[in-house]
Amino acid sequence: MTHPILTVLPAAPGGGLPAGAAEVLGAASEIGTPVAVVVGPADALAGLAEQAASLGATTVHTATADGDQLGVPAADAAAAAVALVQPDAVLVPATIEGRDVAGRLAARLRAPLAADIVGVSRDDEGVVVRHSVYGGAYDVDSAATFGPLVATVRLGAIDARAEAATPDVHEFAVEASGRRAAVVEGFEPAPQTSSRPDLRSAKKVVSGGRGLGSKEQFALVEQLADALGAAVGASRAAVDAGYAEQSLQVGQTGTSVSPELYLAVGISGAIQHRAGMQTAKTIIAIDKDASAPIFEVADLGVVGDLFTIVPQLISALEARKG
Amino acid sequence: MKIVVLMKPVPDTWGPRVLSLETGLADRAASETVLDEIGERALEAALRHAESASDVEVVVLTMAPEAAQSTLRKGLAMGAASAVHVADERLAGADLGRTAEVLAAALRRGGFDLVIAGDASTDGVGGVLVPWLAELLDVPAITRLESLEITADAVRGTRATDGGSMVAQAALPAIVSITEALPDPRFPALRGIMNAKKKPVEQLTLDDLEVEADETASPRSIMTAVAERPPRAAGEIITDEGDAGERIAAFLADRRLA
Ligand SMILES: Cc1cc2nc3c(=O)[nH]c(=O)nc-3n(C[C@H](O)[C@H](O)[C@H](O)COP(=O)(O)OP(=O)(O)OC[C@H]3O[C@@H](n4cnc5c(N)ncnc54)[C@H](O)[C@@H]3O)c2cc1C
Ligand SMILES: Nc1ncnc2c1ncn2[C@@H]1O[C@H](COP(=O)(O)O)[C@@H](O)[C@H]1O
Repeated sequence: MTHPILTVLPAAPGGGLPAGAAEVLGAASEIGTPVAVVVGPADALAGLAEQAASLGATTVHTATADGDQLGVPAADAAAAAVALVQPDAVLVPATIEGRDVAGRLAARLRAPLAADIVGVSRDDEGVVVRHSVYGGAYDVDSAATFGPLVATVRLGAIDARAEAATPDVHEFAVEASGRRAAVVEGFEPAPQTSSRPDLRSAKKVVSGGRGLGSKEQFALVEQLADALGAAVGASRAAVDAGYAEQSLQVGQTGTSVSPELYLAVGISGAIQHRAGMQTAKTIIAIDKDASAPIFEVADLGVVGDLFTIVPQLISALEARKG
Repeated sequence: MKIVVLMKPVPDTWGPRVLSLETGLADRAASETVLDEIGERALEAALRHAESASDVEVVVLTMAPEAAQSTLRKGLAMGAASAVHVADERLAGADLGRTAEVLAAALRRGGFDLVIAGDASTDGVGGVLVPWLAELLDVPAITRLESLEITADAVRGTRATDGGSMVAQAALPAIVSITEALPDPRFPALRGIMNAKKKPVEQLTLDDLEVEADETASPRSIMTAVAERPPRAAGEIITDEGDAGERIAAFLADRRLA
């Protein structure tokens, strides 16, 4: 196999392949042969392996993990898979569980780790990865001085997709490392919000800020998002005020998004918010304060009252759909 | 009980942050250096526990250039008893692995029952340091806690993870990270600021720590290129004259976005 690239796919806490699985396999196919290690409960492994193959994994190694032990079993399996596959690089989706596995794996392998990468390529000396630094102000490339590189891949950042492969599945037994782990006592799935796209990989995002004024009125943002088929985002002030879930926060300390369209409603555009959305292709902002900094990055800025503009926009969109 | 809080001095996010196009390192002269806010929240969580239990010592640990030492005073003014500062010119440009090795060595040297960190730093956004340290120190880790309950021999809480929330528990000694869902950090009171001047800051170099002296013996992550993106230009700004909703819809339709 030429240039095997190992993707690490720990089953999501609620079941299924992790978010970003298609993306890491797509990235792997750009720089070598995609291989996957899938870790999860015994009865789910066959299904997960088949999915990984359909997303492009030419070989899938599966290992059973004890779901009560936090982080360690997945790292044990990933380390064993690295020994088996001898990859040029290890790509892990930058999900929460993915980051935990990646940090542990890099420590075990004494390998360098590139965090939150947005692109991959190859030069004469090997694999090169790209980071988007300081809220998209800089593009930085990095590489390992020698040996394999472990990288966490930002969700929604990779457009490449690998061709589906015929499943070639190998189950393997992992010897437990015996590292101390925290114990999982329970998992509560987040309430499913209709069929809205995932914020992190959505092509369109409508975000609301403190300007919405209340949780009830934040529904306006959700209605606009649904009219556009967009994901919902929020500013930190909106999250702090309880209008939206923390997982919807866009910005410096929330999610970084780069959609085709970002529509900001009642968001002033503080520097920390802009850091998470200013690489969007098209930005539209609605704010009643003409001096709001969000207008500095907007392709179309609309100064006015969101409570009259947004309902009109929704009707106009509905009318156009006919 | 000894709680060590990991706090990172970072370029202030309230202003433009600059990377040197020559070295790829942060241009420290271009921004003010401040304690990362998430680290202040971690310290707040530690101090709240210290105030509610007896015999809890809170220590701040950082690895940062010498000049960043003044930022640690804020941690002391908030209420930490002492600080440990690893500063060594040989650590300029240290990658995540080197940072983890050094912090692990400092934690081993000083000892701890619980380590509290932020889930991700605003300049590194790696979010990998805590699991990395857990491996190096062989202690259990719980990342991204949104609530935490510390007892004499365990730490427990709800963590925000992919697709839901999880309750997890770990026996001490352990390491955890917290998210912004935890309470805002307190402002140092005047008395705290005065007291901070008398509190000890232990400064360590690599020679004080048991870490591999030759940094190049292990593989490292290095920057190979740095480029600045052109700043975004503002577009058209209109004031609503009663038809702004229609105009946005037309703008979207023109660009095939609706
Ligand atoms: C370390 C750090 C990290 C941070 N990380 C993030 C982050 O990840 N994401 C983030 O978003 N913020 C972050 N912040 C917070 C950031 O600094 C701002 O406080 C926050 O973004 C403000 O949110 P906002 O724009 O919704 O609120 P405001 O700044 O209060 O803006 C509300 C806007 O709504 C407008 N408005 C009000 N009513 C109407 C109306 N009827 N019609 C139209 N417009 C109206 C107002 O004119 C105003 O411009 C961070 C801060 C720090 C220090
Ligand atoms: N140089 C450092 N000194 C002290 N703590 C650090 C340092 N780097 C990272 N940390 C801690 O680790 C957390 C996660 O950092 P990171 O993995 O870089 O996103 C931060 O919030 C800090 O608590």
